[in-house]
Amino acid sequence: MALGNQDMMAAVAVTRFGLGAKPGELAAAKADPQGFLKSQIRKSGADMPAGPAVSTAQRMAEFRDFRKERREVRLEKANDARPAPAGAAQDPNMAQAAQAGEAHKAAFDPVKQVGNVLRKDISSDFEARAALGAATDAAFRERWALFWANHFTVSATKAITGTVIGPFEDEAVRPHVFGRFGDLLDAVETHPAMLTYLDQIQSIGPDSPAAEFARNRGARGAGLFGGQVQPVAQRTLGLNENLAREIMELHTVGVNGGYTQADVTEFARAMTGLSIGNERDGAYGVATFREQAHEPGVRTVMNVRYDGGGRRQTAQILADLAAKPQTARFVCGKIARHFVADDPPPALTARLTDAWMRSGGDLAVVAETLVSAPEAWDPTPRKFKTPYEFLVSSFRAADAQPVGFQQLGGVLTSLGQKPFSAPSPKGWPEDAQSWAAPDAIVKRMQFAQNFSQNAARDRDPNQLAADALGARLTPDTAKAISRAESRPEGFALLLMSPEFQRR
Amino acid sequence: MNALQPSRRGLLATAAGFGLSLQLLAVPAMAADGAANKKKVIVVICRGGMDGLSVAPPVGDPDYHALRGGLALTSEALPVDATFALHPQLTAVHALAKAGEARIAPAIATPDRARSHFEAQDVLETGAAGVYSTTSGWLNRAVETLSAHRKVDAMSVGATAPLILRGKVQTASWSPGRAVDAEARLPTLLQDLYRNDPLLGPALARGLETETMAKAATAGLDGGATMGGKGGGKAGAGAPGVQQGREAAKTLGESLAGFMREPGGPTVAAISLDGFDSHAGQANLLNGRLAYLDAVLDGVHQGLGPEWKNTVVLVATEFGRTARTNGTAGTDHGTGSTALILGGALKPGGIVGDWPSLKQGALFENRDVAPSLDMRGLFKGVLADHMGVDKAALDSTIFPNSVAARPVANLV
Repeated sequence: MALGNQDMMAAVAVTRFGLGAKPGELAAAKADPQGFLKSQIRKSGADMPAGPAVSTAQRMAEFRDFRKERREVRLEKANDARPAPAGAAQDPNMAQAAQAGEAHKAAFDPVKQVGNVLRKDISSDFEARAALGAATDAAFRERWALFWANHFTVSATKAITGTVIGPFEDEAVRPHVFGRFGDLLDAVETHPAMLTYLDQIQSIGPDSPAAEFARNRGARGAGLFGGQVQPVAQRTLGLNENLAREIMELHTVGVNGGYTQADVTEFARAMTGLSIGNERDGAYGVATFREQAHEPGVRTVMNVRYDGGGRRQTAQILADLAAKPQTARFVCGKIARHFVADDPPPALTARLTDAWMRSGGDLAVVAETLVSAPEAWDPTPRKFKTPYEFLVSSFRAADAQPVGFQQLGGVLTSLGQKPFSAPSPKGWPEDAQSWAAPDAIVKRMQFAQNFSQNAARDRDPNQLAADALGARLTPDTAKAISRAESRPEGFALLLMSPEFQRR
Repeated sequence: MNALQPSRRGLLATAAGFGLSLQLLAVPAMAADGAANKKKVIVVICRGGMDGLSVAPPVGDPDYHALRGGLALTSEALPVDATFALHPQLTAVHALAKAGEARIAPAIATPDRARSHFEAQDVLETGAAGVYSTTSGWLNRAVETLSAHRKVDAMSVGATAPLILRGKVQTASWSPGRAVDAEARLPTLLQDLYRNDPLLGPALARGLETETMAKAATAGLDGGATMGGKGGGKAGAGAPGVQQGREAAKTLGESLAGFMREPGGPTVAAISLDGFDSHAGQANLLNGRLAYLDAVLDGVHQGLGPEWKNTVVLVATEFGRTARTNGTAGTDHGTGSTALILGGALKPGGIVGDWPSLKQGALFENRDVAPSLDMRGLFKGVLADHMGVDKAALDSTIFPNSVAARPVANLV
């Protein structure tokens, strides 16, 4: 396969593997485009977004306080809502005083205040990540990290997980993205954010001491209340198979990876006990293992027997799943789809899978193999940018920093990619068809119009286009930009050009 | 920002500004004849595996309460017949059911049995017998088939187009937002730049076309409708968030209806709602989601006005959930679920398909509601009898290899 000349390779390196060119970046990549990317691979992992280092545990404690406050305020409101003593409503002075009290309460509503803090936390996490994307000189490293964050999606569609996505990425994903897949897998699946998002924390072994205890208590209770039987599920403790299924289907072997419903259930039994600390443990929001909630006994998952033994059982199953060739094939197929094409060359997937298996899932080796693969350098761009990629690359093209979450969040939501809110554990879609609906293209155009007004008032759009696309800039687009009647119009044309929309 | 002008003169000017052919605006006059041209179908996809036993709880089934325990709905459910009721949040659906304009299919499933959201959604939306066998949506192929005989436009609501409407025919999509600046040169310049772009060219043209219609279609509605809504969170029904979510959802339904009432507007539509995956805390979660669904349907019904009588709405999900409650006051992935069929074009009647019951021996793999009706049969029945889609095409191209999934008869 023809790799194109050095200028074209530099443009591909920076736009396809990176996050779009900043002014000057193409020149930096030109001498050795593949080396430019390889130099960004490092054992210590991806960069950390700037901002206060807040742990998952701290955020979970914040959320607990929020919920407590909310409960108390609701209780208070319920008490206030009780019928006033006779005559009180008719007294205008009392009514006025009550009104003033309400206004005061609203202004100092602790629920609103803590709610605002939580919203601010989520916003600043997302903003910090976008700022890193817009500014970094190692944009391939950042795209690689974003790929894994999406592969192991934790979404804010559950209120509590929204506050911990930033810390989750920092603690469990970013440090491991150039390490062994098995280590990354263990870190994400046992992280409090994932355990919460996929409902693992309440899952209890049906034959565990904890379930036994609850049953006995239930039976005693029934005896006390005249032998009346409580509805079965009033407080049934038991399995939740959500995380077990998604680990197999989405994170490791894939839906055709050869597992059955029985394997899912067995894996779910093995994982019981994985939980997070509560008030009594004194380690609130920290990953912990509850032996008393763990389903005792031997488990069989995908024809392998795992002896009893608590947390170790999960670790062994995860390690075995990580090492399976189905996992290598499934995940490498996703890497090829993300970086190269919705329908990638099978030879590329095979090459990545081979590197994965030979290196024991060493993700630095897989990343090197990717940027060295000739199939990945076809000059024709075959990936349509997701809204996040479009925005980040727009900021890079303008050499600008995103300011204020309002701007970022509103635009991304209107384009269908609400910050930190992937619609399901499968993460954001990768394919052009998902993102190129008519309404979405109109809304991209509206963003480009607005953004250009501020970003390109005093800059030459012809130069910005050359800096952003280099050898990928087509004569048609260059001509359209040169004919623009204003700088913002020229810049908007660049952002909306077929080649800028793709990578 | 200039809003689009509502007058015809304004519309023409706008269309010219977008470089659109004026032919488009002449279509309504041509489309006015023929009753078939007025028939409308809307498919609502509820993603995440919507729990059929909560949508239409079989309160009269002797095993229901024992299986569901604390999640069982009792006196609060809205009664439909001796066996079934509707979830307390589905008040608009219930009113329609009482009027003979809503029915339930309580044990329905796609041909997929993997209990994977993503595989099952693919099968639900592609209409294929198995996963990965086709990449276009069955509703798009139905529009393609119908287009051979008459002008049929399709639209999805939401920022991203659902798979069910993707395919050869370029369909419209719309989501709430601010109006396009009709004076700007950019749309025209881009259409020129996209003239050889097979993805962006048709998409932008279609998007601008929909924009010219949006002003009239959404006149008088609050523009603040948001997709997905806040109502689906953890908050229980009655909380302020849910109420706001309901209003936004109703506006969304009314907006879609507004487009469908426009002369030359879409007669086929799809809308997708997320968030039905209820592994834990199911009661609260479904209170929010079903309130949202009910409000969307209410908005569609109210918004369509006199066109409701020409309409069938189908509400479907990728799979149902376990018949038993799991260990975390929720349910896990299952098989059979409940579909809703609504519309003024619907014939009154009882449940659609058989009810296999919840007896231990009747459960699928001793776990899920056993499906008694192939989802494709329901879709085929509506497409054939209501939309007039050719039966041979239904069995072959729209739902490949589906002869065995017989169309459900007598729905309209």
